Amino acid sequence: MIEVIGLSKRFGSAQVLTDITATFAKGVVNQVIGKSGSGKSVLAKCIVGLHRPDSGRVLYDGRPFHELDLGEKRVIRQEIGMLFQSSALFDSMTVLDNVMFPLRMFAGMTASAMVKRARFCLERVNIVDKDGLYPAELSGGMQKRVGIARAIAMNPKYLFCDEPNSGLDPQTSILIDELIKEITEEYGTTTIVITHDMNSVIETGQNILFLHTGRCWWTGDRKALLASENEELKAFVFASELMRQARRGLLGEA
Amino acid sequence: MNILFHIGRYFEFLGQVFGRPERTSLYGRRVLEEVDQLGVKSLGIVALLSVFMGAVITIQTASNIDAAWIPRYVVGFTARQSVILEFSPTIISLILAGKVGSNIAAEVGTMRVKEQIDALDIMGVNSASYLILPKIIAAMLINPFLIVISMFLSIFGGWTVSTLTGVVAPNDYIQGLQWDFDPFTVTYALIKTVVFAFVITSVAAYHGYHTKGGALEVGRSSTTAVVFSSVVILIANYLLTQVLLI
Repeated sequence: MIEVIGLSKRFGSAQVLTDITATFAKGVVNQVIGKSGSGKSVLAKCIVGLHRPDSGRVLYDGRPFHELDLGEKRVIRQEIGMLFQSSALFDSMTVLDNVMFPLRMFAGMTASAMVKRARFCLERVNIVDKDGLYPAELSGGMQKRVGIARAIAMNPKYLFCDEPNSGLDPQTSILIDELIKEITEEYGTTTIVITHDMNSVIETGQNILFLHTGRCWWTGDRKALLASENEELKAFVFASELMRQARRGLLGEA
Repeated sequence: MNILFHIGRYFEFLGQVFGRPERTSLYGRRVLEEVDQLGVKSLGIVALLSVFMGAVITIQTASNIDAAWIPRYVVGFTARQSVILEFSPTIISLILAGKVGSNIAAEVGTMRVKEQIDALDIMGVNSASYLILPKIIAAMLINPFLIVISMFLSIFGGWTVSTLTGVVAPNDYIQGLQWDFDPFTVTYALIKTVVFAFVITSVAAYHGYHTKGGALEVGRSSTTAVVFSSVVILIANYLLTQVLLI
């Protein structure tokens, strides 16, 4: 479980996050939604330690991340898997080497054990036949899969996914969503997904946090989302006529 | 104020680069890869420039020393001193600042904007050390070899032009090469080379590592890296010459 308590962050004169308090549960896909510029990515970066918050705490199963020393932070970081919006695969390495990278750095395994583990992870995301290719030779969807395989290589306790569906076609988006959900349930990870994809939110949302103007504006699950009368939330999620119709259909309204 | 900010952040960055590495066993292979990337792949341009540089220095020296009372072997002597003291260590390092420096800044900058450095940081890897330290070590190891090769080829270029054009008799040229040779000049050149190698890699990496934005900013970092490393090389060249030769 990850708890964020009273977290605030500003860059210069711009207050990006204000007093965010949220709990991200274990074994479920926690989604953070909000308009561009609402502070989603900054929140994720504060949680994983790429930004230091101006105030507030981030607790990883009770461990206050920003108050720990470098060695203790390193331990937590090795428990984190992250899928980036751009996949962030290392261009100079093959798919197999990308997945093996965290194992090489930290696992202390034999070479054959690392290859076995990496292949297992690639198999888990259905891309094992591409292990000799370089990232530039893969499609966007395949890169995301490899990114997920690398993120789960170390059996992470915490999985972060930044815009996992961006740039993907609807079918591949659904596959990636399902994969993230399966992995979360299978490994019992605390998963946080930063997303703009409302299809994904309505399909899989278990614990949704809506950020608006850098504040935690609304929390709930997909059912509560559909029924919510929060104006800002409705304006964001049901911005299109199609989504409004979908909402009416799902709520059983005429 | 801006320059002070960069100087402060550069030294902070060096602190990270020389911070505790994760797996030292992985660094050996990375250093060898960088030796190939930064050194071996620069051999062609260094060789080409050196041969022509030596030839031009010889022709210019010979055409400017035409007084009868100046012995002809002075051409070889001047060419040797110019090449060893300045042209090979400094000019070739400036060329490498352009080639290798822009390459490093672009590579590291692209890794930054494509979130690959963030990925390393989140994994708990000391990204500055993992990415940059092997480049610094590799350049400091391989550049002295490049410069020695450059010295040899420049002098060879001078000899070739003297043989082909007769601007100076080859025997006079060789006599000049051997006349009043002080081995410390080579030591001085190699000390400069090692310092310049550190400057090229660390300054370029600093600019790449702190890139923000996209492709445009990567290009800008690459240019800034070349300008800054060239300026720092020129300043270091003056200081080292003052300290080592005076």
